[in-house]
Amino acid sequence: MRLKRKDLLGIEELERDEIELILSTAESFKEVSDREIKKVPTLRGRTIINLFYEASTRTRTSFEIAAKRMSADTINISTSSSSIAKGETLKDTAKNLEAMNPDCIVLRHSSSGAPHILARLVKCSVINAGDGSHEHPSQALLDMLTVKERFGRIEGLKIAIVGDISHSRVARSNIYGFIKLGAKVSVAGPPTMMPAGVEDMGCSVRYRIEDVIGDADVIMVLRIQLERHKVPLFPSVREYSRLFGLDRQKLERAKKDMVILHPGPVNRGVEIAPDVVDGPYSLVLDQVKNGVAVRMALFYLLLGGSREQAVD
Amino acid sequence: MNRLLIKGGRVVDPAGGIDGLFDVYAIGGKIAAVKPHLQTPDSRPQSQDSSLMSDEWNIIDATGLIVCPGFIDMHVHLREPGYEYKETIKTGAMAAAAGGFTGVACMANTDPVNDNASVTKYILKKAKEEGIVNVYPVGAVSRELKGEALAEIGELKEAGCVAVSDDGRPVIKSGLMRLAMEYAKLFNMLVISHCEDTGLSAGGQMNEGIASTRLGLKGIPVASEDIMVARDIAIAELTGCRLHIAHISTAGAIELVRLAKNKGLKVTAEVTPHHFTLTDEAVIGYNTNAKMNPPLRSKKDLNAIIEGLADGTIDVIATDHAPQDITEKEVEFDKAANGIVGLETALPLSLRLVSDKRLSMAELVEKLSANPARLLGLDCKGTLKVGADADISIVDLEKEWVVDARLLKSKSKNTPFDGWKMKGKAVKTIVAGKMVYEG
Repeated sequence: MRLKRKDLLGIEELERDEIELILSTAESFKEVSDREIKKVPTLRGRTIINLFYEASTRTRTSFEIAAKRMSADTINISTSSSSIAKGETLKDTAKNLEAMNPDCIVLRHSSSGAPHILARLVKCSVINAGDGSHEHPSQALLDMLTVKERFGRIEGLKIAIVGDISHSRVARSNIYGFIKLGAKVSVAGPPTMMPAGVEDMGCSVRYRIEDVIGDADVIMVLRIQLERHKVPLFPSVREYSRLFGLDRQKLERAKKDMVILHPGPVNRGVEIAPDVVDGPYSLVLDQVKNGVAVRMALFYLLLGGSREQAVD
Repeated sequence: MNRLLIKGGRVVDPAGGIDGLFDVYAIGGKIAAVKPHLQTPDSRPQSQDSSLMSDEWNIIDATGLIVCPGFIDMHVHLREPGYEYKETIKTGAMAAAAGGFTGVACMANTDPVNDNASVTKYILKKAKEEGIVNVYPVGAVSRELKGEALAEIGELKEAGCVAVSDDGRPVIKSGLMRLAMEYAKLFNMLVISHCEDTGLSAGGQMNEGIASTRLGLKGIPVASEDIMVARDIAIAELTGCRLHIAHISTAGAIELVRLAKNKGLKVTAEVTPHHFTLTDEAVIGYNTNAKMNPPLRSKKDLNAIIEGLADGTIDVIATDHAPQDITEKEVEFDKAANGIVGLETALPLSLRLVSDKRLSMAELVEKLSANPARLLGLDCKGTLKVGADADISIVDLEKEWVVDARLLKSKSKNTPFDGWKMKGKAVKTIVAGKMVYEG
């Protein structure tokens, strides 16, 4: 089996059966990470470049570990230590990397749409590892896998995504993904962080997080992305954390079997209280663990096998 | 003395009150006569008028074609001086001629800025030497377009500027805009305003709406334009100066202009072909050739624009021709330059309004020729009346063609219409009685 596409740029363009294929493939790869020898030969001889224009711990490490456990050769490029620091354009970087014949470029970039530009320039596969405020598809896939594992299904679940929706690529990818898999998604956050027309993406919109956590099966808390705010979008961190942060008191109205997700990195005490992020309903570390399996699945489905085996 | 006879075409000259089959006679670069076309086998002029009796006529058979006063694009960026790698007066004029335009008004955001008479004179000199169409410089409102102090508007007028504008950026300070309008009024200079509240638009990459939300690009709300249009109309009322709203793009701004006109204020507006043809959905896929300022708006705004064209609220179609080098477009969307080239696609896009029966052919010619000539104070332009300059566009309404960006005469190829099937084309462009384009 493989995906019938060269690149993974976003969840928006994926069909439901493609998402389900990725999730089921990821489930089958999970056990590799629990083996004593954590390696399969599937992608031996393949070259994967991690091209990261933004700082990242989880995502970059996760993609690299995933590639290595598939026996691919990996190269990491970050802006500060490459010719990008000398002002090389994305186009020139792309063309030069392509000349070395990689099989896949994993791109993290602060500009929305940068992976789409890259994908048009190179013949190899491109995986979007987060572009600006647009999408972060591998994050949404690992979130879906984590939720599916916990509840045994996604269909019919109520997902609440709370925080800075306007700047969040995680929110966009998850809205698309969970809705495609039959969940009901609601978003909540201050109006200054709610993008125009977001309800047209198929989710319901509230502004107070108390209004969405009552019947939620999953509460996904987003990081406040202060680095993307040109002007402050709320009066103070103190007020934000008191009115919009997820703490024990607000959780009193939540369902007993709900779970909490956070894409990381966490601003402890801002969007989520420390005891909540470390609490028993928190799946934050399951998310990270599943991230490796999802990325192994993506490499496998984009690079493995032959084109003839493509899934319909 | 050159003698030109354009025979048998449908002459559409709203300023002259003509729409029908006529023969147009031009002598020495001026319209000498416009006479009903008589079906005769003889191709020589049929006239009792002895001044027209001559054998030395250069005759154009315009049977089946539209003959109208030359189009005037009152909003282009020729980029010279300073940005010759994007466009020059020569290449911009060639693009204009190929699009049926016999005149273009070029904006002041060159380097150096056209904020003093020496730059105006340089542009006019280059245009005379190399430009095959008429070039009408627009001077700056403020020195170096900084929005701080008035440019030398009186001297700009004397040197040949037809209007003033800080186009490309708004005049943020209301006090300076008031001074500009008070002062420009003395010289009967049109003030052209790029309306944008940068407090609302800062960092914006495209129209604010569901498309910007899906693409994760910062939006520019319609309010940023509406606010400045409202402000400038208020200042026009205060000062009595003629105000022209550049590249209007929102339903709200059009309604404001409509109200201002109903109040009798001297307020006019122009719209670009891309704003009445495309919506913000054209950006999907991060197409940097759909990035411009003001941005492509929603379907609701597009419908309001077409309504505004039809009811006369919008007086002029102008391209905002903005050549950008490929290196400024082939980058991440948020790093890409704004603007598209428009001179060579404006006519067929505008003709769609005629084939959709939203405008008559005469109304279209008004918006492409008569009205810009009137607003810019160009005597002897925008009409084919006897004595007017023989600037003439001949259009084939039926000609079908496909836009190929590589073949554009403009030095830059940044168009979102590459590959579009078009119907209607300028087939002959005549400036002062001389053919400058034939295609």
